[in-house]
Amino acid sequence: MNATEYTLEFEKPLRELESQLRRLQEMSEERRMDVSSEIQAIEAKLEKTKREVYSGLSPWQRVQLARHPRRPTALDYVQELFTGFEELHGDRAYKDDPAIVGGPAWFGEERLMVIGQQKGRDTKGNLRRNFGCPHPEGYRKALRLMRMAENFRLPVLTLIDTPGAFPGVGAEERHVAEAIAVNVREMSRLRVPIVSVVIGEGGSGGALGLAVADRILILENAYYSVISPEGCAAILWKDRAHAPDAAEALRLDSASLREHGVAEEVLPEPFGGAQADPGWTIGQVAKAVRNAFLELSHLPTEELLEQRYQRFRQLGVYGA
Amino acid sequence: MALFSKPQYSRVTVNRKDIPKGLWTKCPQSGEIIYNKELEQNWMVVPKSGYHFPLPAPDRIRMLLDENSWREEDAQLQTRDPLQFRGPSGAYLDKLAQYRKKTGLEEAVLTGHGTLGGLRLHLAVMDFRFLGASMGSVVGERITRAIERACEEGAPMVIVSTSGGARMYEGILSLMQMAKTSAALGKLREAGQPYISVLTNPTMAGVMASFASLGDVILAEPGALIGFAGPRVIKETTQQDLPPGFQTSEFLLEHGLIDQIVHRAEMRDRLENLLRLLGARPARPPAAPKPEEKTSPTESTRS
Repeated sequence: MNATEYTLEFEKPLRELESQLRRLQEMSEERRMDVSSEIQAIEAKLEKTKREVYSGLSPWQRVQLARHPRRPTALDYVQELFTGFEELHGDRAYKDDPAIVGGPAWFGEERLMVIGQQKGRDTKGNLRRNFGCPHPEGYRKALRLMRMAENFRLPVLTLIDTPGAFPGVGAEERHVAEAIAVNVREMSRLRVPIVSVVIGEGGSGGALGLAVADRILILENAYYSVISPEGCAAILWKDRAHAPDAAEALRLDSASLREHGVAEEVLPEPFGGAQADPGWTIGQVAKAVRNAFLELSHLPTEELLEQRYQRFRQLGVYGA
Repeated sequence: MALFSKPQYSRVTVNRKDIPKGLWTKCPQSGEIIYNKELEQNWMVVPKSGYHFPLPAPDRIRMLLDENSWREEDAQLQTRDPLQFRGPSGAYLDKLAQYRKKTGLEEAVLTGHGTLGGLRLHLAVMDFRFLGASMGSVVGERITRAIERACEEGAPMVIVSTSGGARMYEGILSLMQMAKTSAALGKLREAGQPYISVLTNPTMAGVMASFASLGDVILAEPGALIGFAGPRVIKETTQQDLPPGFQTSEFLLEHGLIDQIVHRAEMRDRLENLLRLLGARPARPPAAPKPEEKTSPTESTRS
């Protein structure tokens, strides 16, 4: 893949150094010149700049990484982590929604049900997947699979990556709000362990419709928010260009989410974001998910449900 | 050519449904001018056109419950500013103070218990005047506590909703109130107690995607705007014309989301009958002697 194809604004100094480095390397090969000390100097500077750029990312910069077109999607995780995945389609009522995928699979020796919002990997894929914006039938398919999981005692893993539920006429006619609400209620009572990982965008109610879980893990550069930064900026600042300010104000970054008790764990990403080393990132997720399920597997069902209830019950800040 | 172009009156938003100050109010539906006192005596419904203005929560409670039966709970819960939200137009807490002054309410919902036709119930009523009745931590906590009390006590729950959605100023914590309230309703359901959701104008977004959609029975006042995404967002996203009556109570009755459209004047009787049919029992000790039996609602309003 061509890294320069999707350079984010704040990554430009890095791309500049990288191209200098490439030119030097080419020169040393073509002209058999010894430029190793120059190369070393640039490599060191590159490393330092990388550290600077990626260790102090603003919430808005993280949002951009969360939306990076090369970021691993739900099916990338499924492919890497599981064997024998059987994708199951349709809500048995209206249609299949390609913006949500799911089915049972093997996670090592264990079975589970995996469900996730799915973005496309290119324009064609994104049109098919509706940019990861589900319709009501997607949530209803997910609920059907969760019920199945409950029946056959499979723990549920959900992978969260959506800009939000789709705002469209059909979605309203088929009551997307109701579909999300029912999922939220039913997930809170589902009698098997649930783990959710926010792998990219946690877009509001559209994310929540798959994210009522015993453990919520979030990748370092993923976000989870009540409203998109652009939407918030349009309402409060009357200008979408203020999205960076809104991203800051909303505290939608992974560290803030853990601080507020919304996520249990922040999973590290490589410098440059998940797409810089998908294998490594997915490995981090694998480890954390395995641990989470292991912990939960010891709990009797009633206790599991009570802990899940209390987990959400205590969220909120007020004085008395 | 542009010299005589018509002024663009259509640009003016016609949906300002706040009650204008003064003695008279114009009905946005029929254009009829009504004396404010008359409007108030009619629970903010225009007598001839049947247009429903928003009803302040305290009035709604007075309208629905038996006299002197209302007991408010959790009034002590106070809103904080957990994100120290920095927006363009002043601090969140200052904004709240303005709304408190303007509405005389502490927050966007009143919760408590009382009796309706002698039936004991827990009730939450939202008030759109308070920051668009958006749901933050206090709204979520009050509603959750009310549901939990209904659950413990074995009494029905009624929520009269109106809301623009989750409250941005409390960020993700607002979103989590959707999970909290819905989970409590999951428990109430397992406990076998009825929950009736009453939708009023407007009920949107995060509130619609949680407790407002979860009623065993969902009633709506006529002409209310009800949905998930706002009509303007849908239009901008899809570049599609919206069908006539899109996202109104009538549209949603036709599309199978809500059970009945109920005129405000009929709401109390309808709730009482439904609660009885779903097994609600009189409060113990029995409330004051019941007024004469209400007749069953007429067919004409079951639009």
